[in-house]
Amino acid sequence: MKKSIMALAGLVTGLSIMTAQAALKPSVIYDMGGKFDKSFNQASYNGAEQYLKDTGTKYADFEIKNEAQREQVMLRMAQRGHSPIVVAGFQQAPIVERVAKKFPDTKFVLIDAVVDLPNVRSVVFKEQEGSFLVGALAALKSKTDTVSFIGGMDIPLIRKFACGYEQGAKYVNNDVKVLQNMTGTTPAAWNDPAKGSELARAQFDQGADVVYGAAGGTGVGINQAAVDSGKLAIGVDSNQNYMHPGTMLTSMVKRVDVAVYKAFEDVANDNFTSGLQVLGLKEEGVDWALDEFNQPLLDETVVAQINNLKQEIIDGNISVHNWEDTQSCTY
Amino acid sequence: MDVLSWVYSSMDSSLRLAVPLVFAALGGIYAERSGIVDIGLEGKMLMAAFAAAATSALTGSPMLGLVSAVLSSVLMAMMHGFAVITWRGDQIISGLAINFFASGLTVTIGHALFDMGGQTPTLSNDQRFNALEWPGAQWVAEHVPVLGSFYHDVISGHNVLVYLAFLLVPVAAFVLFKTRFGLRVRAMGEEPKAADTAGISVSKVRYQALIITGVMCGFSGAYLSMAQNAAFVREMTAGQGYIALAAVILGKWRPVGAMLGCLLFGVLSAMETRLQSVELPIIGEMPTQLFSALPYILTVVLLAGFIGRSIAPKAIGQPYIKER
Repeated sequence: MKKSIMALAGLVTGLSIMTAQAALKPSVIYDMGGKFDKSFNQASYNGAEQYLKDTGTKYADFEIKNEAQREQVMLRMAQRGHSPIVVAGFQQAPIVERVAKKFPDTKFVLIDAVVDLPNVRSVVFKEQEGSFLVGALAALKSKTDTVSFIGGMDIPLIRKFACGYEQGAKYVNNDVKVLQNMTGTTPAAWNDPAKGSELARAQFDQGADVVYGAAGGTGVGINQAAVDSGKLAIGVDSNQNYMHPGTMLTSMVKRVDVAVYKAFEDVANDNFTSGLQVLGLKEEGVDWALDEFNQPLLDETVVAQINNLKQEIIDGNISVHNWEDTQSCTY
Repeated sequence: MDVLSWVYSSMDSSLRLAVPLVFAALGGIYAERSGIVDIGLEGKMLMAAFAAAATSALTGSPMLGLVSAVLSSVLMAMMHGFAVITWRGDQIISGLAINFFASGLTVTIGHALFDMGGQTPTLSNDQRFNALEWPGAQWVAEHVPVLGSFYHDVISGHNVLVYLAFLLVPVAAFVLFKTRFGLRVRAMGEEPKAADTAGISVSKVRYQALIITGVMCGFSGAYLSMAQNAAFVREMTAGQGYIALAAVILGKWRPVGAMLGCLLFGVLSAMETRLQSVELPIIGEMPTQLFSALPYILTVVLLAGFIGRSIAPKAIGQPYIKER
């Protein structure tokens, strides 16, 4: 009797080890704004979808709708044996820290924030570099010498976008005026298109003719306001140029999709590395988007000028200020 | 930017922001005047916003979108009516149910139809209600000082629903206070028994009032998803139904008063976006958090004493039982 129980137990463990090795069970947890925000979260979704398409590996995902869900969902994912768990959004960092300690064998990938644990990979981007380029482009295209910025929630991460944008705009034209607004101070600011649209219109009324929104789902309203008022808008995180050809000047793309894809791939190939990854222009973690949708808005000299600036940043000839280093926008 | 155009642009923005509140508040007045508490304004608006954007996206016709918004909202109002008039259920609970129902159903249907996480596709301009340039607006703005740019910046350049909202305010007031139907609606909210004794069917009038509420919330929702924005987004009403209800109370259950309440909220949200990071004389730069909180603070302050007593219809919230 005892023997048979032992044998059974052995069989069960053997089976569970086999399944753990055989099946990669990746998962993604999106932040507020939802996976179809056409921006940050959608970029994570695209990465996971691409991996599904390429390898046929199914993944689990969840859209956070309120603060209380964060820990529950992450625990549930870990308990069900999902690994890696890709967690998008800086607000999830404290939860990742708690859950990752409880599940040391589960791999976590945190995007946009840093948690220092042996089983956590933190991926952060040099948003200031990409923002610098689109800021320079905005200043070059502005006829009123006024460009504007709309952030989502008022947090250091978004200040980073704003500061890079301002520096880029001032770099090509020192007289340019950069108007700045934030949508709000709560996570609801990531998904408030109506407010985004109102903010954009207010900035247009103050003379701005190019607006850069770094506000997740709120950006849909910002981009729409640009269409309605005949101004230019710059998308963020995902390439949003296709949304409104003719008024989308460009997008500051942040390759969250690549980060997600690589996370899945690394765990599948068993070469997951924890620690911090900082992706800038050089690492192709951020970039400005040029495609058939915004091509008609840009002539060759402008394109060359921006690509030139890009090379200068990569070579280290221009140093783009990181707001988080000084907690202020001094460059 | 000079002061005048700043003021005009803020007024313009206030009007745009007040419109969904005005529609919903007018609807709320009719429901509440007939004796039915309607905290389901929010849910009806949300349902209508979804129906409008979904229909318009599928058919390409904003008019059909508007029609389906109104129909879906009236249907929700009738569900509320069936629960609280015919079955004499609790009006708060039924209203709350309407809100939850709309919140879940919109996303579910949206997911099934478009597979975009409950959103609808972005509407193109011919699928929406677009801004109307009034005749001669540009010319007047250039040639007539002060009033000319007022005409151009504030009066002209809105979509048709904006004008409809403010046009409906006097109409609603006239119907409520000057017609026989209006008298009956008000009677239902004050003394339904007396009206019943006089041979008027309480349920019938209350159902009629709820149809009007449904139509108004339909307009409000359609404005949100087809005019102000260009798609339906999950929970896009964001509490505006409740703010409209606050405006009803601020306005003492009168259309014009409620409209002023809505405009006040509109002005406050316009200020919130405009006074961010602006240096004001003496006080300096105001924190944005203060502006975000201001609408709520003002509501409390105003209700606490400045507008005088706001008395609800006497029979509000009580189901009418005929035989007693």
